Amino acid sequence: MSDALLKVEHLTRYFDVSKPWLNRVLEREEKQFLTAVADVSFEIKRGETFALVGESGSGKSTIAKMVVGLLGASEGVIDFDGHRMTGTAGAEMRALRRRFQMIFQDPFASLNPRWRVGDIIAEPIHTFGLMKGAEVSNRVGELLDTVGLSAKDAEKFPHEFSGGQRQRIAIARALSSKPEFIVCDEPTSALDVSVQAQILNLMKDLQDEMGLTYLFISHDLSVVRHMANRIGVLYLGRLVEVADGKRLFTEPQHPYTRMLLDAVPDLALSGRRRKPVEGEIPNPINPPSGCAFHPRCPLAMPRCKAEAPHRVDTATGYAACFALETQPA
Amino acid sequence: MTDALLSVRNLRVEFPTRRGILTAIDDVSFDIMPGEVLGVVGESGAGKSLTGAAIIGLLEPPGRIAGGEILLKGQRIDNLDPEAMRKIRGKRIGMVFQDPLTSLNPLYTVAQQLTETIRTHMDVTEAEARQRAIALLDRVGIPAAARRIDDYPHHFSGGMRQRVVIALALCAEPELVIADEPTTALDVSVQSQIIDLIKEICAERGAAVMLITHDMGVIAETADRVAVLYAGRLAEIGPVREVITAAEHPYTAGLMGSIPTLTQDNARLVQIPGAMPRLNAIPQGCAFNPRCERAFERCFKDRPDPLDRGGGRKVACWLYDAVNAGTKETADV
Ligand SMILES: Nc1ncnc2c1ncn2[C@@H]1O[C@H](COP(=O)(O)OP(=O)(O)OP(=O)(O)O)[C@@H](O)[C@H]1O
Ligand SMILES: Nc1ncnc2c1ncn2[C@@H]1O[C@H](COP(=O)(O)OP(=O)(O)OP(=O)(O)O)[C@@H](O)[C@H]1O
Ligand code: SF4
Ligand code: SF4
Ligand SMILES: [Mg+2]
Ligand SMILES: [Mg+2]
Repeated sequence: MSDALLKVEHLTRYFDVSKPWLNRVLEREEKQFLTAVADVSFEIKRGETFALVGESGSGKSTIAKMVVGLLGASEGVIDFDGHRMTGTAGAEMRALRRRFQMIFQDPFASLNPRWRVGDIIAEPIHTFGLMKGAEVSNRVGELLDTVGLSAKDAEKFPHEFSGGQRQRIAIARALSSKPEFIVCDEPTSALDVSVQAQILNLMKDLQDEMGLTYLFISHDLSVVRHMANRIGVLYLGRLVEVADGKRLFTEPQHPYTRMLLDAVPDLALSGRRRKPVEGEIPNPINPPSGCAFHPRCPLAMPRCKAEAPHRVDTATGYAACFALETQPA
Repeated sequence: MTDALLSVRNLRVEFPTRRGILTAIDDVSFDIMPGEVLGVVGESGAGKSLTGAAIIGLLEPPGRIAGGEILLKGQRIDNLDPEAMRKIRGKRIGMVFQDPLTSLNPLYTVAQQLTETIRTHMDVTEAEARQRAIALLDRVGIPAAARRIDDYPHHFSGGMRQRVVIALALCAEPELVIADEPTTALDVSVQSQIIDLIKEICAERGAAVMLITHDMGVIAETADRVAVLYAGRLAEIGPVREVITAAEHPYTAGLMGSIPTLTQDNARLVQIPGAMPRLNAIPQGCAFNPRCERAFERCFKDRPDPLDRGGGRKVACWLYDAVNAGTKETADV
């Protein structure tokens, strides 16, 4: 048995983005599909932070939603602690559901404005029937304390809090069912940097104390570097590279990872010479053939246009690129 | 040292509301020299966009300039009538905003918009204006510019649109370009292209840039000097390297430490407690005092003015005031 808590294999999700039926008939158009996530496989070990990083539209949120069951997979499977989640329903699913939670980007939209903070935090406790009566309010008080708020805040409404405080409330709610695994989709992207630092520190502390496992999603490479043990890089719904955290930055393998690292401005004033970045992200409805990165890739060869590269092992993890196959391992 | 291109002196911007007057920009002063890139940073609500809008005369009512002055090459521009201000906008000051669609009219082709702006501000024929526009689109990196110029804005991708906006901002050869979060809406890999373009092309034409952003990485790699705003006030201003690597204001120092980088390892990020106050709850004295670890008595009574620290640096913090000479050692951390 491996120590993988979450295992995702060949995960794929299409969206039907066709025009309404009548328009299609009149304009003689085919049905159109957008591949938001294509054949993505990765594992997350117990207690680690696995990050997914990618530009807008690369499929990060779609993967997050499939992992927590908010969205079905078109193909592929998701295993949580050895249990198959794709296709599971009923009591078995409920038992699994308690063990993972999700934190969203927007702390304004994710909290019901008409509920008191205490009821928001207690919701998972009630949903899974974990406690009753006074026990619940004690637990809510404890949770508020854990995330740096006060037990008295349970009586207030979300609008009485700042963005950072609301994200703390969202974290308290996520923790209330005592989950082992938390999917965090851009948990600090809506926050100012000084508040982001508070939340990232809190998330690390909670992980140390409770042994939590995180799937951490962000478009910000420096945030991901700070948080993750291992990192997966997405491009147009494809997982192009997975590598050990810090080594992704010192030894990037995939040409897209290298391009991304060259593109990101850094506060460290390292004075590195940046290579100009080529082109823009193509339309996901009609992605380029073969390797989706080939129109922008400085290493592209004829083969890249015709075939999609498969995963190969690298010094730091694995990647999907023909240029890496030809090198000695 | 009076040859500043733009001089903002004691700027104050207010919003009258039913519950009283909100002061969104409070006594902010800085200069921009010809050809330099001044970064303006601060957290959301610090007053970055309002400062830019006040300079170009685009404050939305009821917002108004309630004090101070703004000078362009020594000439006051904060009290001009709307018509005179419109001439300065576009001709002498170009603008690039976060969302390219706010600067482009969806109903006109790119050619129509560029040639009209060129002809409004320059004495050239229609054909010459079109030639200029094509050359400019080519310069900002629009492939097949001569053909694409007759397309409408929605025919371009987000990054390409922002290139068109940059062409539009530069077409009358302004002396200053104000760019408010010009890349925030774009993909990371396109951001760097746009930032490089703004920097290069302004340098080539000798235009100064006021670059407003919340992204310190962009500032670090682009600006010559940086102004840090906090709660509508100037906390610190100085050469970019000094401010980033050796910030003097406790807020700037905390801010820099709170941002993870691509090369340095810290197990924990520096944490500033709390959040920036709302405009109706700015504390007496130094606006940063509730969050400042080093606050002392005076910080709760009097507001610190920016103090000259030499080398083009100014810091608004009592720790650096000579009156506190007795506690001076605490300042030299
Ligand atoms: N319900 C949907 N219907 C159609 N297309 C969708 C749907 N949800 C997502 N997509 C598309 O799938 C792709 C991936 O979207 P996703 O939201 O997962 O990206 P992301 O990496 O989270 O981006 P961001 O950084 O902007 O949040 C995008 O092209 C998006 O437009
Ligand atoms: N029309 C208005 N009425 C009242 N207050 C306003 C108005 N417009 C702006 N403000 C306030 O002025 C302050 C400064 O706003 P400004 O838009 O300049 O911030 P900013 O630094 O550009 O922030 P961001 O990074 O979010 O763009 C904010 O507190 C804002 O709420
Ligand atoms: S497979 Fe080819 S096009 Fe794709 S990243 Fe590798 S070298 Fe570039
Ligand atoms: S003036 Fe006082 S409160 Fe303000 S930053 Fe300086 S030490 Fe802190
Ligand atoms: Mg997303
Ligand atoms: Mg703004």
